[in-house]
Amino acid sequence: MDWGAIFGNAAVELISPTTAAYALAALGLAVHFGYTGLLNFGQAGFMALGAYGYAISILTFGFPVWGAFLVGVGASVIFALILGIPTLRLRADYLAIVTIAAAEIVRLLFTTNTFAAVTGSANGLSGYKNEFAALNPLAEGSYGFGPFENNAYDTWLRIVAWSIVILAALFVWQIMRSPWGRVIKGIREDEDAVRALGKNVYAYKMQSLIFGGVLGTIAGMIFALPRAVVPSNYQTTLTFFIYAILLLGGAATVLGPIIGSMIFWVLLSFFSGFISRAVEAGWLPFMTAIQGGQLRFILVGLAIMLIVIFRPQGIFGNKKELAFVR
Amino acid sequence: MSDNAVSAAPLEPPVPTQKPIKTTGLHIGEAEPGCRKVDPILVVDGVRRTFGGLTAVNVNHVEVPRGAITALIGPNGAGKTTLFNLLTGFDKPDAGKWTFDGRSLAGVPAYRVARMGQIRTFQLTKALGLLTVMDNMLLGAKGQTGENMFRALMPFLWRNQEEENRAKALDLLTRFKLDTKKDDYAASLSGGQRKLLEMARALMSDPTLVMLDEPMAGVNPALTQSLLDHILNLKSQGMTVLFVEHDMHMVRHIADWVIVMAEGQVVAEGDPHEVMRNPAVIDAYLGQHHDEDIGEDQAAEAENVSAIKELLDDER
Repeated sequence: MDWGAIFGNAAVELISPTTAAYALAALGLAVHFGYTGLLNFGQAGFMALGAYGYAISILTFGFPVWGAFLVGVGASVIFALILGIPTLRLRADYLAIVTIAAAEIVRLLFTTNTFAAVTGSANGLSGYKNEFAALNPLAEGSYGFGPFENNAYDTWLRIVAWSIVILAALFVWQIMRSPWGRVIKGIREDEDAVRALGKNVYAYKMQSLIFGGVLGTIAGMIFALPRAVVPSNYQTTLTFFIYAILLLGGAATVLGPIIGSMIFWVLLSFFSGFISRAVEAGWLPFMTAIQGGQLRFILVGLAIMLIVIFRPQGIFGNKKELAFVR
Repeated sequence: MSDNAVSAAPLEPPVPTQKPIKTTGLHIGEAEPGCRKVDPILVVDGVRRTFGGLTAVNVNHVEVPRGAITALIGPNGAGKTTLFNLLTGFDKPDAGKWTFDGRSLAGVPAYRVARMGQIRTFQLTKALGLLTVMDNMLLGAKGQTGENMFRALMPFLWRNQEEENRAKALDLLTRFKLDTKKDDYAASLSGGQRKLLEMARALMSDPTLVMLDEPMAGVNPALTQSLLDHILNLKSQGMTVLFVEHDMHMVRHIADWVIVMAEGQVVAEGDPHEVMRNPAVIDAYLGQHHDEDIGEDQAAEAENVSAIKELLDDER
């Protein structure tokens, strides 16, 4: 058993762009669910809009990177408005139903053959990385050390991805300790009380939905850069993985989603490496390599269940808050 | 989760520690349902709200006098809370219009009603549990620069205002004896303290009309006294108070004017001492056929009988 390779591969995930993307998407959900109390089950839809908005802008329209970025953000603002206008006046559970359905509609629209010329249908899109790579100021070569050693493009991608995550985290941290954040947290507790104090609850919920959605969209772009954009990546399971990360780290925290994402990906990679090698070594005679690939999700699920049972407030959550949860 | 106030209930009914100064001469002409007031702050005209076949509120005309404490009483299901919800924009009537301070409020959303200076509290207290007591208070302040999403990112724009609000909140909390709890979660307060917090929070916006929905419900007698004093203080500070209450002693002690509702309508109005003798009020509480045995609703009936008895005892 090559423990070095298992741990090495797991460590790679600590700062991988995918981890950054999940962290950012989870931060968006923290704004929605943890701070505002909005049950958004369509974060995968926001991510898909970011990925496709970026890829289509570059491939079909030849936009520069910043233009493609703005297209993705604009698409998610419009998406948030469409979701929010009919549902934010209603009870919280309606938003949950609408968002989960809308995210599926988005994914199916990108999958359908009707728009294959633009969306690439089920095969998705690729070949949109050159514009981003062209912005790379790093010279050719290898950077970093040990498991964190990467070529110039991958290093550049990691720097950009984690810079965005850090900026977004500072942004969320600052805004949540401002009077705006106080209103947002008040809405989570009881929106009628906040309304009775003269705050336009509907507008605040809309702002929160757009803000968290845009974070999800940027996460979608980061997610798309190390791989191709394939519609099957944006299924509802993606949203639930992000929820798992959020609950793991602590719902109403800034650091929770980021550390949660790191733990999630490191664990996933570790179990994946461990199981495939265990199957090879014949430790699990009842199992094929393909079945082993599925087992890692079971083990991650188990690990998350244990954390939620024994530390229900998440890693960074405040234990005191939990004493009052109805 | 315990009151730091006295746990043993005093035997006597709670009375405010200060002798209330009653405001008189509020109405013009006979004290009858819908009578005109010398200086009304809230004028309601033809407000009707039905839930399916049930007419919950059907008020032809009623005026609430400015600068006085008005009690809205009536048996359970009379439509008091529904009327409250309609007047504050939390519910929409089927028909009718109403004005506050001369401005029409029909169709105005709840948050704008509150910004105009008409602040309400709720029957089931709505303290924001996972916010600190101080944050609850600060949320009540009006016109905060930092509540704009973009300005929120620039603390230098709102830091001074925040400090002023904080000082004001601390002052109010001291008056309501909650200052030692300012950094605790509101969820850790007792029921009575939450009522106090809700009232203090409402005062952060310097309202002109304070509407209290059953401020005494679930509050222990020791705390009731201080709540009564606080309500009287609102009047002495120039605010108008409209409150819904079931505790007849309290109504008698502090209200300057009483509006009685039954089955959605205003059935009587007047001075608290006079209005209790009104046959329409006795009918409202005991039912028009109170000499017949109806059989159903025995418990509610018994409750109403005790309310009337309480009143008559009080009258001596």
